[in-house]
Amino acid sequence: MPAASTSAPAGAIPVALPGPATFRRARVPWVLYATAGFIGLLVVVALSAPLLAPHDPERGSLRARLEAPTLEGADGRVHVLGTDQLGRDVLSRIIFGTRVSLTIGFAAVAVGGLVGGLLGLVAGFRGGWTDEVIMTVADAQLAFPFILLAIGIIAVLGPSFPNLIVVVGLSGWVTYARVLRAQVLSLRQRDFVSAILGLGGSIPRVLLRHILPNVASTFMVIATLELARAIVLEATLSFLGLGIQPPTPSWGGMIHEGREYLDSAWWISVFPGVVLMLTSLVVSRTGDWLRDVLDPTLRGE
Amino acid sequence: MRGLGGFLAYRLLRTLVALWLVSTVVFVVMRLSGDPVPLLLPPDAPISEMERVRHDLGLDQPLPVQYAVFLRNVVRGDFGRSIHFRQPAMDVARSYLVATFELGLVAFAIAVVVAFPVGVISAVRRNSLLDHTAMGFALIGQSAPTFFIGIVLILLLALRLDLFPTSGRGDWRHLVLPALTLGAFTMASIARITRSAVLEVLRADFVRTARAKGVAESWVIVKHTLRNAALPILTITGLQFGTLLGGAVVTETVFAWPGIGRLAIQSIYNRDYPVVQSTVFIAAVLFIVINLCLDVLYGVLDPRARA
Repeated sequence: MPAASTSAPAGAIPVALPGPATFRRARVPWVLYATAGFIGLLVVVALSAPLLAPHDPERGSLRARLEAPTLEGADGRVHVLGTDQLGRDVLSRIIFGTRVSLTIGFAAVAVGGLVGGLLGLVAGFRGGWTDEVIMTVADAQLAFPFILLAIGIIAVLGPSFPNLIVVVGLSGWVTYARVLRAQVLSLRQRDFVSAILGLGGSIPRVLLRHILPNVASTFMVIATLELARAIVLEATLSFLGLGIQPPTPSWGGMIHEGREYLDSAWWISVFPGVVLMLTSLVVSRTGDWLRDVLDPTLRGE
Repeated sequence: MRGLGGFLAYRLLRTLVALWLVSTVVFVVMRLSGDPVPLLLPPDAPISEMERVRHDLGLDQPLPVQYAVFLRNVVRGDFGRSIHFRQPAMDVARSYLVATFELGLVAFAIAVVVAFPVGVISAVRRNSLLDHTAMGFALIGQSAPTFFIGIVLILLLALRLDLFPTSGRGDWRHLVLPALTLGAFTMASIARITRSAVLEVLRADFVRTARAKGVAESWVIVKHTLRNAALPILTITGLQFGTLLGGAVVTETVFAWPGIGRLAIQSIYNRDYPVVQSTVFIAAVLFIVINLCLDVLYGVLDPRARA
């Protein structure tokens, strides 16, 4: 019907929504697209590692040990980033290492976010001695270089995938708990919360339906910054020999193995190191940028 | 608002609670690690001998009693004998402290001496080439993993240019690379916070007033700005001590620096748990005491902080 088709656009005129998101859209830095693209690329690489990697990351050729980046190695194959002390292809190992870094990184963020977020919500909402206890434990953990504790726990429990996720995850819960607590504390005083409680809304309902959406953007910012920290912590543990065990490739483990060969074969350590550094830089910059846009009040944290 | 005495008492109480929590975690982790007796004896030791050692160590007591004994030993600084060194574990750990102090202090000194002026100049000459370069480096310094900074420094300055030794402890040249590595994150953080603190104050009304009444620019910076920017800088600087302690473990391992961090890692490989516990505990005490001192200093300087 022609009448309907001519009248329809009147209601569909694109109206720019007011608010900080549109205000900022005018100056979305290209850097953000680049960083988002980089993170997306890492995820794709991790998911399709077996398709992308040119060689088996755990099988080397003794004829092609310690080869510099080459298009034709002693084993007649291409090693764009060279080979390591066992003749394994560095590029393939970096590609498979992405899986370790991202799996532990994201899982640790989930663990830390769940524990810290929940404790922060409870501490902020309940207040009183619950708050006092949770915050004292948080202070005690902050009052201590966590890497030492992580090393001790991993040394005792063994460096398995689940143990690493729990230890790296729990190393970060304090940040979520402290920031969310402060926000919930002020949200609780607001009229809409007392209104819902007065109307008979249950506490879980208030927390889930009304408080949670209000702290979601803060949570996202912390989670992004925590992802960078978790990836570096996992690499550090692997570098110290307490992370993912060989022969499974991980970036930190590769840098560790290459330490002995820096003089003769720098590429074993340097390439995974550069990828790790870029990842950490890009993810934390994304977090900084998200913070500036979503939640300028967090700047001091 | 409470007085300085009340503030100090409160801080002290929290410190004691934190120390108690850390030692309890150490106890739990130790219990999780299983029976240490087979590690202490030759593999063919008879059962009766194992029972005797277990009794001597108090491991046949109920857990609450073991916990009480453990806490008493913690207060005395007694974590048992090192399996590897065959000396009291605490003495071993303490003998490695000097090297860590040396490294930590030099790293901290380099970081402050470089970062503070860089931060101030970056703020005063905002958006200049120097500002952008310095802040670019600071960003990298903050996000690059400590151990990779160490690897790159070894590769470039030790192996390629042959300016410094790659590892070990000796004359001042041995100190340069580990200190730079350990101090990198601290340096970057102090530079960034100094820059933003100074920028913040430069926008304040009293700075405009000072300029308007004709005070010389250098005097505005030194007298009006830096004094007021000092508190946030001091806070962040103090917090960096903890990062330094954690970073020492990694840095000492990369450079084979004979400090307490490397001792901790090696003791883990040796399954020398008494030494591991001693190092963890020394680090905790150090960290907590340093933070307490900073809090007190802060409380004295700024009465508003005594909340």
